[in-house]
Amino acid sequence: MKSVRVFKIALALLVGAVIILAFAACQREAEAQPVRIGVAGAHSGDLASYGLPTVNAAELVAEMYNENGGINGSRIQLFIEDDVCQPEVAANTAAKLVGDGVVAVIGHICSGATFAALGTYLDSDILAISPSATAPDLTQSGDYPNFFRTIASDDAQAQMQVSFALDTLDVQRIAVLHDRGDYGRGLAENARDFIEADGRAEVVVFDGVTPGAVDYSAIIARIQQSNADAIIYGGYHPEASRIVGQMRDRGMDTLFISGDGVKDDTFIQTAGPASEGVYATGPMDLSGNPVAVEAAQRHRDKYGEEPGPFFLEAYAAALALFNAIEIGGTTYEGITNALRNNTVDTSVGPVRFDARGDAEGVGFAVYQVQNGEYVELR
Amino acid sequence: MNYFLGLFVSGLTRGSIYALLALGYTMVYGIIELINFAHGEIYMIGAFTALILASVLSIAGLDAISILVIASLVAMIYSAAYGFTMEKIAYKPVRNSQRLSALISAIGMSLFLQNYVRLAQTSNFLPFPTLIPRLGFLQQLTFQVTSAQFVIFVTTTVVMILLTLLIKFSRVGKSMRAASQDKTMAMLLGVNVNRVIALTFVIGSATAALGGVLISSFTGQINFYIGFMAGIKAFVAAVLGGIGSIPGAVLGSFVLGWTESFGAGYISSDYEDVFAFAILVLILIFKPSGLLGRPENKKV
Repeated sequence: MKSVRVFKIALALLVGAVIILAFAACQREAEAQPVRIGVAGAHSGDLASYGLPTVNAAELVAEMYNENGGINGSRIQLFIEDDVCQPEVAANTAAKLVGDGVVAVIGHICSGATFAALGTYLDSDILAISPSATAPDLTQSGDYPNFFRTIASDDAQAQMQVSFALDTLDVQRIAVLHDRGDYGRGLAENARDFIEADGRAEVVVFDGVTPGAVDYSAIIARIQQSNADAIIYGGYHPEASRIVGQMRDRGMDTLFISGDGVKDDTFIQTAGPASEGVYATGPMDLSGNPVAVEAAQRHRDKYGEEPGPFFLEAYAAALALFNAIEIGGTTYEGITNALRNNTVDTSVGPVRFDARGDAEGVGFAVYQVQNGEYVELR
Repeated sequence: MNYFLGLFVSGLTRGSIYALLALGYTMVYGIIELINFAHGEIYMIGAFTALILASVLSIAGLDAISILVIASLVAMIYSAAYGFTMEKIAYKPVRNSQRLSALISAIGMSLFLQNYVRLAQTSNFLPFPTLIPRLGFLQQLTFQVTSAQFVIFVTTTVVMILLTLLIKFSRVGKSMRAASQDKTMAMLLGVNVNRVIALTFVIGSATAALGGVLISSFTGQINFYIGFMAGIKAFVAAVLGGIGSIPGAVLGSFVLGWTESFGAGYISSDYEDVFAFAILVLILIFKPSGLLGRPENKKV
């Protein structure tokens, strides 16, 4: 009999405790709803190494915010979902994140998966900010106003070369050459299209050269004949150094503009003095950026290894996104307007997004060979 | 007209470059009927030897002409040693088996030498110094010919004439022709066939090395793979001219050089290789043994 009474008292106490706890939890939730953020990308499979650094970056930045009291008093809660970089999986991933009630997604990683997910997000007024999806159409088609990215698109180099040639060098006649490879031809075709769309200059020669050939004098003679002011070359340094060398041997001073396939010190070594004055676009130098240095250090401290691919872009995406939520609140309009109208210092430099969702001034810079080394032009 | 002349000279340069390599190909084929696929690799080894030597000699403070001469001579001797050894290791043991065995052996040798240089040296492109000095009188010409182009053209012509004279009129040349016609009979008549074949490889390799020095000095950069690319074109040129014929190799090289050059200049350099192989197909349809090749007589 006695034991039954003790049991009853214990039960009453327990029920009371549970009720109080539940009430307290309810109260805390009412105090501050967490900001729900999705992180989507390849976290398993053969492309996992591209997706996992983004998870680390999002965790690091979210942790930094949460330690300082969150965004406007709300904690950040991450919902991490794997899309294996496959479009058909990505559509499900997107649906799942919508169900979780996220306000924005950091991702996806691959362009194909990003295309597949964006429609779902758009219908639910969710924006996505990718650190690595570079397909030009994601921003240029105008179909996805909810898409942003902190990496330059695939045609950014060609765009930069053309605007540099037209605005800064002020050339009228441009020869566009390539080495027939996917990379070189793609770059050259984009450059040609940009020049033709702009209309200030004319493409006087568009042609491919044989990679590894011993001699380029025939195509050089044709460029000389065409009176081109500048050459935009899509390809790698072995051919570029021979073309430049043979041009300078003939006494031609045609300007030479190329991309990251040529922005390599081997080019300067093999072309020698002929390399002086050659322009090349290449990835921006981030080694002096304090945010990037700090981000890499925090990654080493927490995960004990060097950050992987697209880590800095993802870190920048998280910083830009959280900053925008801080300014504009958690509504779709609030965040997108804040992203477009505010400049944030990030690990890829100061970032602000243009109307199409590309980060302005991110990714590439123009370099010129001066006194035997590549110097960034500002 | 000036444009035409420019392209003509450009084709001539290309042609001489191909010819310098095609001569070695065609000579070896003429004597033992073996397509020596490793010929391009000997060219590459010659270029590497010259590069190493030129770097050492320029530190020692020699003038440009001595560096060019010494580097070329050493490269030729060194490559000739490679050619000699290659023949002993890879070709002599299979000389009396099917022709296919020798061909596979040659491809194996080519791959081996490429990767050997890649591992022993580097896989990067290395800058090659301009060993050929500027020639003053070329500056006065109306169309531009660089010193390197001029020297390559002159060397090709001289090597072609020397090789023709050697084969036609010297005692060694006579033995070579005898060995190419009938090895057994030549041996019975006291020709040391082994030595003749070894000598053929030595001479062929030396011309390849000379080509390596001059052409690399023109292109300004080398890596372990240059022999393959150049070798393919030189092989096409040799077949075009009639493989086995010394003047044929030079003529074939010029035809190939002009085709590519005029094709690139007047139509599109995108299709350069297409023009080159189209002309090869055309010539082989109408003249299966090449421009100057003798039709192969079946021994009955």
